[in-house]
Amino acid sequence: MEQSWNRAKQAFAAIAIPPMAWLVLFFLAPLALVWLFSFGQNDGLKDIAITGTFANYARALEPLYLQIFGKSLWVAALTTLFCLVLGFPVALAITFAPEKWRGWLLLLIMLPFWTNLLVRTYALIAVLRTNGYVNATVEWFWQLGGLDQLLGPYQPMELLYNNFAVIFGLIYVHLPFMVLPLYAALDRLDRSLIEASLDLGAGHLQTILKVVVPLAMPGIVSGIIITFIPALGAYLTPDLLGGPDSQMIANVIERQFKRANDWPFGAALSFLLMYLTFIAIAIQAVVARHRRENARS
Amino acid sequence: MTSWDFFRSMNRRSLLSSMGVAAVGLTFTGALSGCGKKEEGAPGAGTGEEAKLNFYNWDTYIGETTLEDFKAGSGIDVNMSLFATNDELFAKLKAGNPGFDVIVPSNEFVTRMAEADMLMALDHAQIPNIKNVDPAFMDPDFDKGRKFSMPYTWLVLGIGYRKSAMKGGVPDSWKWLFDSDAYKGKIALLSESADLFRLGFKYLGHSLNGATPELMKQVEAMLIKQKPFVKAFHEDNGQDMLLSKEVDIVLEYNGDIAQIKTEDDDVDFVVPKEGSLLNSDCLCIPKGAPHPKNAHAFINYLLDAEAGKKITETILYPTPNAAAKALMGDDYKNNPIIFPPEEVMAKCEYGIFEGAEKAQAYEEAMTRVRAA
Repeated sequence: MEQSWNRAKQAFAAIAIPPMAWLVLFFLAPLALVWLFSFGQNDGLKDIAITGTFANYARALEPLYLQIFGKSLWVAALTTLFCLVLGFPVALAITFAPEKWRGWLLLLIMLPFWTNLLVRTYALIAVLRTNGYVNATVEWFWQLGGLDQLLGPYQPMELLYNNFAVIFGLIYVHLPFMVLPLYAALDRLDRSLIEASLDLGAGHLQTILKVVVPLAMPGIVSGIIITFIPALGAYLTPDLLGGPDSQMIANVIERQFKRANDWPFGAALSFLLMYLTFIAIAIQAVVARHRRENARS
Repeated sequence: MTSWDFFRSMNRRSLLSSMGVAAVGLTFTGALSGCGKKEEGAPGAGTGEEAKLNFYNWDTYIGETTLEDFKAGSGIDVNMSLFATNDELFAKLKAGNPGFDVIVPSNEFVTRMAEADMLMALDHAQIPNIKNVDPAFMDPDFDKGRKFSMPYTWLVLGIGYRKSAMKGGVPDSWKWLFDSDAYKGKIALLSESADLFRLGFKYLGHSLNGATPELMKQVEAMLIKQKPFVKAFHEDNGQDMLLSKEVDIVLEYNGDIAQIKTEDDDVDFVVPKEGSLLNSDCLCIPKGAPHPKNAHAFINYLLDAEAGKKITETILYPTPNAAAKALMGDDYKNNPIIFPPEEVMAKCEYGIFEGAEKAQAYEEAMTRVRAA
């Protein structure tokens, strides 16, 4: 193997250089620039002087911003939990669906990706608002059941412009991110293990909890991570569906780059968010290694 | 309201603004794909430059045929791209002009960009239609002597409201938005931090400008106290929320409410008795513009009486162009939303750009209000 690798070196380099150059030029270089900005300060209206100051990070760690980070973590965690609880049965159902249906069901899961996030979010506004489809439907049943004579006219539910709407919107947007890795993991599952479990007297629930879930754990972990990270950085959803207190950290970052014209501080906040993401991935790597070692011993 | 009505009534400007950075990237490449290659077209309007012009404008902010009419007269091809906020405009030009010839910043950003040396001084000799501009607009504090900018429109913030939902008659005080639970859950405020705070100063009987830190604290406390009664901080789409009955009372610009009043007569607009904040969108030429002579010719054309009339008919904003206004019908000239009564307009002021630190202080105070 060593030798063939050595011989293929040139071919490998020829294939690898363009994507590497792309990555360095359009990802790492701009990122490094933003990282440098985070150690700078505003110099007039246009320029940023890189002074090596930690003042931006110090400001980003003030209680005001820590509280917003905390809130964003909480919202993202809640979103991820709901996505897992809703997504697992869906992925399981697709796995056990007849072969000819499976492709169509997966297509249904992926279909929302074909529509721009902004359009989907505006569609949610039309569904949730005071005169939206949910309230109109409930009102129709209300009148049908004669409840308006008993309890007075229907009072529309407040579904939009609050934290509920933000979490609902985030779940709606991120559910496919959870279902697809779960499906990939469950699809590889050896069916005979499930049959063995059922044959040996375990109930359905017990089989799922003790056999299916542990075997699908890598899919669950990657599902959690790729749901949690974008949810943590969500910006459009809290902006459009949220109420007066629904701001998340990405909204604050966006305002630093635009309205406040304070790029160094915005850069520091962005990098704090990125460090949090790195920590989440590192934890996952440690957990995964721990599990592999346990499995071996 | 059906879903079709809903999407039709969505202000395209607000849709664009929420697309934020994504939209910037798209319009950016779209705008400049044509200007990179040097096509040797016929020189336009005798300016000696290639017959092209890159115009960076707000959405729905030009007459339906203005650009074609200009091309027919001058031979200059106008390539228009759109921005949604002044901040977006500023961020785009901050690192150098990517090729725009004419831009439309608001008054405060005229000062800000002039201070940052981002604007080219205008040659008034190349803009003879300057004679059409109402003299009241010719020497504003934000650009003394109109050195860098020509007025395009002006607008005023006020209260848009649903007439049938008002318990206390016409809501002619900021109190109803900032300091009262009378319309709790039915209030929407503009999310523009500086504007919100400055209107708070006005409500408390102070000037918009030159606020002390103590006054800022006072307004911050007032907004935190008011927040439970506020349904949302909107991104300049307050008129849509009012039209869909999501809220009954909203902080908005007069032009936006004038547009929806044509669809729903139950809405109206008032400039509160304490006075308000004036804005003026202006035509400027950024430094490094590739076609400065064409840019002057274009600005001159937009200030023409007939061209100005066609623009105003489409966008329904108040025009500082006296000659164009004279050509408009009475339903525009006498519209109390577009031209609020003199006595209240006398109490309105332009916001002054008071430096980057002040803008950042407003933004942080707003972050505290939202987080409270």
